[in-house]
Amino acid sequence: MADLVSQAKELLDSGAVQVIIGYAAGTNGTRRPHVARSAAQAACLVFDEGCVQNLASYLVKPEVKRFGKAAILARTATARAALQLMAERQIADGSVRILVEAGDSVAVLDSAEALEAHLALQAEGISAKDRELLERLRAMTHAERWAFWQKELARCVKCYACRNSCPMCYCERCTMDCNRPQWVPVPSHAVGNLEYHTVRAMHLAGRCVECGECGRACPVGIPVHLMTFHAEDSVRRQFGSEAGRTAKLDYALSTFKPDDKETFIR
Amino acid sequence: MAETYTISNEALDRLFQAMAQDGRRILAPVDADGRIELQLVARPADVAQGYLQTILSAKETVFPKVERLLSYELEPSKVDLKDATPQALPTVLFGIRPCEASAFAALDAVFNWDTRDAFFNARWQNLAVIGMACTQSDAACFCTSVGGAPDSTKGSDILLKPLADASGYQAEVLTDKGRAIQALVPECFLSSEPSPFSPAVVESAFDQPALTAKLPGLFDNELWVDQSLRCIGCGACAFVCPTCVCFDIQEEADAKKGERLRCWDSCGFSMFTLHASGHNPREKQSQRWRQRVYHKFSYYPQRYGMLGCVGCGKCTRACPVDMNLKEHLKDAAEVQA
Repeated sequence: MADLVSQAKELLDSGAVQVIIGYAAGTNGTRRPHVARSAAQAACLVFDEGCVQNLASYLVKPEVKRFGKAAILARTATARAALQLMAERQIADGSVRILVEAGDSVAVLDSAEALEAHLALQAEGISAKDRELLERLRAMTHAERWAFWQKELARCVKCYACRNSCPMCYCERCTMDCNRPQWVPVPSHAVGNLEYHTVRAMHLAGRCVECGECGRACPVGIPVHLMTFHAEDSVRRQFGSEAGRTAKLDYALSTFKPDDKETFIR
Repeated sequence: MAETYTISNEALDRLFQAMAQDGRRILAPVDADGRIELQLVARPADVAQGYLQTILSAKETVFPKVERLLSYELEPSKVDLKDATPQALPTVLFGIRPCEASAFAALDAVFNWDTRDAFFNARWQNLAVIGMACTQSDAACFCTSVGGAPDSTKGSDILLKPLADASGYQAEVLTDKGRAIQALVPECFLSSEPSPFSPAVVESAFDQPALTAKLPGLFDNELWVDQSLRCIGCGACAFVCPTCVCFDIQEEADAKKGERLRCWDSCGFSMFTLHASGHNPREKQSQRWRQRVYHKFSYYPQRYGMLGCVGCGKCTRACPVDMNLKEHLKDAAEVQA
């Protein structure tokens, strides 16, 4: 991406934005998030196949927001998350420049409408490997699935990397951290872990942009993203809506429609 | 002076059996679907091959992620208070790396600072460490910058070094706990001269004494803001760290009974040091990141005469956003004050 750095420098120098949320070289040839506030800091920006992390969580991070208007390098997952954040009124339409790959340079999308049009052309995000794992889980009996998650969640240490890496987990004070009253046990014991992950999956049903960032962030390798993928897929099947495709808020779990299926009432 | 022996692979098998017969559980790095985890093992063959380190540290053997300190039942005009007794099973930690073995001293410094912590001590007294010298390292490792070495004996009761022909190990028996293990099967430990061993190469990355001397003057430096902008404020670094010792006390109770639990805490969390008044002296991520560095490299040396970091690099490997501690410390050591 030959023109990336010069485009980024121009955005900063012209004052169009005050900060660029992108990627730079990380440990062992990986890519890491990089927050550039000056042309000098933009010199090390990269945008390639190694840039797998969803950066949208930085759009709502107070320490980054305070710099002013932002531009963000966005592959499909980041773009979907940015659009969902607009739908949920966490970022204003037009307040962020979304930089998407366009050959040797980046194209600048500066409205929700442009983002919707761009995303309409992007393929589905879930990898073949995750799809296969999801199918395997769905084919299990309840008892097998329960045993699977019991075993996986036993490794959880409640570091909250899954929550904090998720662009849709932007609450300033998470219910998990409340202790007056305490809704969910804070300790990382069996009940505490199970309740936390169940609540997280439910909270993301219909809001998950399927980036898999939570699973990637987990230091002990729990595939927590499969929970939110499944919850998202259930909402898609039941209600026909999908997170991160439109800036119009149409959240299935808090919107009543006369023709909603009511198959859960038995 | 440590005694040096040779243990053949067959002898190690017998040592494992002897330790089990002696009533000790053996925890060692195990390959679990590609993840290296500390698990119960029965024989040397159960131990992972060619591992670098476990993901989580061995600190959970003395400082578990959740520890019940006491429980109580409320009755009319009476509280029935019960102290908890730690489940301190006799344990051998086999095959952990010298960096992690040396980390127990940093936990000891806090848990025995003034009050002697009954839970930590019960577990620690029942723990023996058979360390394994490193023959490989990665980009996250920096033990040699913080006073360690890939073949350091610090913290190990016995230190093993793989023999070049893979026929067994050279064993240095270092402490009374190590000698007690040796005494279970003395015939497995053959006296020998130290044999040549090529430890992993870990180059020194920064001048730690100079960094420690410089830190008080860097408190308001923009460096901490720059470094922490990508930090997402999770606790992965603290929870994989073998020396991170901060904990939170949680009460799980209803109207009739309750338990008091000690849980791992992390300076990455936004609620770390949040006061009951609502005031938080470290309300920004940069302040909490600075606290992490200062606690390990400034406050620990001041209070305990040692560092709160062993350079294992676990935090760097676990970080979802690649906060590379070695790189950050190097930058801090080189920045203009």
